[in-house]
Amino acid sequence: MVRLLRVAIDSVPAHLRVKLAAAIAILILIGLLALPLFLDNYFMRLATTMLMYCVLAWSWNFIGGFIGYPSFGIAAFFGFGAYVGAILLSLKLIPFWLSPIAGGTAALIGAALIGAPILRLRGHYFAVASLGIGEVFREVAMSWTSVTGGGMGINLPPTRPAFLTEQQLFYYAMLALTVVTFAVTLTVARSKLGVAFRCIQQNEQAANMIGINTTLIKVIGFMLSAGFPGAAGALYASWVGYIDPSDVFDILNSIKAPVMVLLGGSGTVLGPAIGAVVYLVFEEVVWRGFLQFHSGILGFIIVALVLFMPSGVTSLFRGKAR
Amino acid sequence: MLFLQNLINGLLLGGLYICIAIGFSLIWGVLNIINLVHGSFIVLGSYLAFYAFALFGISPFIAPIFIMPLMFMVGYALQRGVVNRVMDKPVLITLTLTFGIDLIVNNSLLWAFTANFRRVVFPEPYKTLELAGLIIPTDRVFAMLLALFLTVLFYILLNGSRIGRAIVAVRNDPETAILMGVDVKQIYAITFGIGAAFAGAAGSLLSAVFPISPIVSGLYLGKAFVVCVLGGLGGIGGAVVGGLTLGVIESLAVMVAGPEHTVLVGFLVLLAVLLVKPTGIVGKQGYE
Repeated sequence: MVRLLRVAIDSVPAHLRVKLAAAIAILILIGLLALPLFLDNYFMRLATTMLMYCVLAWSWNFIGGFIGYPSFGIAAFFGFGAYVGAILLSLKLIPFWLSPIAGGTAALIGAALIGAPILRLRGHYFAVASLGIGEVFREVAMSWTSVTGGGMGINLPPTRPAFLTEQQLFYYAMLALTVVTFAVTLTVARSKLGVAFRCIQQNEQAANMIGINTTLIKVIGFMLSAGFPGAAGALYASWVGYIDPSDVFDILNSIKAPVMVLLGGSGTVLGPAIGAVVYLVFEEVVWRGFLQFHSGILGFIIVALVLFMPSGVTSLFRGKAR
Repeated sequence: MLFLQNLINGLLLGGLYICIAIGFSLIWGVLNIINLVHGSFIVLGSYLAFYAFALFGISPFIAPIFIMPLMFMVGYALQRGVVNRVMDKPVLITLTLTFGIDLIVNNSLLWAFTANFRRVVFPEPYKTLELAGLIIPTDRVFAMLLALFLTVLFYILLNGSRIGRAIVAVRNDPETAILMGVDVKQIYAITFGIGAAFAGAAGSLLSAVFPISPIVSGLYLGKAFVVCVLGGLGGIGGAVVGGLTLGVIESLAVMVAGPEHTVLVGFLVLLAVLLVKPTGIVGKQGYE
């Protein structure tokens, strides 16, 4: 099956491949746009979650995949964006459509400020520090009751769209964010910035030697991996209508993102999305089948993935070509 | 006076933190792996102590005698069977792996023991001493003294025994250790086992002082993190300095900022230390 696909790809002339890829992308997009016509509420929820996972996976891919820094900070910025969006919305300061932009921008700025100091760290220390950001944010949200509502969380005003159902609105909003994230990923991967990212991943000192401003590049990568989760968090907040610190700063989100990317193939353009879809299917099946033991089963999946398939399912496609 | 009282509370707490962190620090330093299962190991130790007390009346202060060998075997088997396969992989892989293992272990604990908090209730509660106006709870003093005793024991083991010297050798330079005839794989597994044994002992001591539940494992893991980074890796000194420092900082934070902010203060100190001196207060270079 895999080999057949490989042969099929190879049989397409090189100059047509870009056009073919573009055609497939447009088909997928049309399919995603038309999806709400066919799905009931349950599958709409699932589809929206899938898009959100794609956003988180692509975001992590910037810092973790391209640059190769083991960040566990996705939950921090997801939660940060969620709180910024939720607070602004509940105070009725901004309309609904501005909340993901506000959440994303706040996360971008936050990442720029935090990134510069913690990106000096490497390996375990960077991993621990990025994990620590989320813990600090959660504690702040927990104890700054006058602004964040503390452990009681925030209720958001319901969104009433004019001509869509609420579920459809959030689906299309998440789809828009996914398309933007994908477009940025594609652009970065093909730009000089992408080359700089990969240089740092291969050898940071050498990258520095040939004149790459590694600190700046790393901060840019960290910001990219924070802004989109921030926007996704803000959307998530108004989607579910109620947030509290332990929900949006859930450390599981910080782990899910790298697991999805590992599943699909780290540092590739399409890998994260493939991983996100595969992960969602796993999660949903497990969730339905083992209510008592679902996080344990998730653990088994993660362990099996790390032990037997460390470079992802897409590595199956590349295997023969080399 | 209030300051002195908080200082004593902090030192008593710090003794327990040393015990929490010492196994974690050992595994991090020698295997270069952050063992995210550590918190669940501690909770497992607590439950073993709880049932030893409920069923056989064995005090949690004595229970480490059998809990430590048990947990050693668990840790040894886990390293040999699973963790050993990723020893040469990057941080991301090892961290994700131990996270997955922790999901399994913690979910099993939740499933077996439920999330309800339990307590070891002594028939005769330990008294509190009053010394010149200072209040000293004796159960915490016992727990701290035992934790220190185990630490000293470990220090002697590491410096006096053949296995201890081999562990130090592997920590310093695994490749040269192979040349000297050390079975590095065996040492990795033994080290992981010792780490788990200390987690179990810490859990046993903690069960005498604090309520037990699987959901506190993340909290203990967080403490182990902070202690290691504060004190630094590469020796027992780091865990001791880091543990006492964190205990005192948290107790003083209770006084200055209020009890609800202690965790926040701990993590802020962690981030600050990471930025100023990533090797920790007494840590040695080269253990990044």
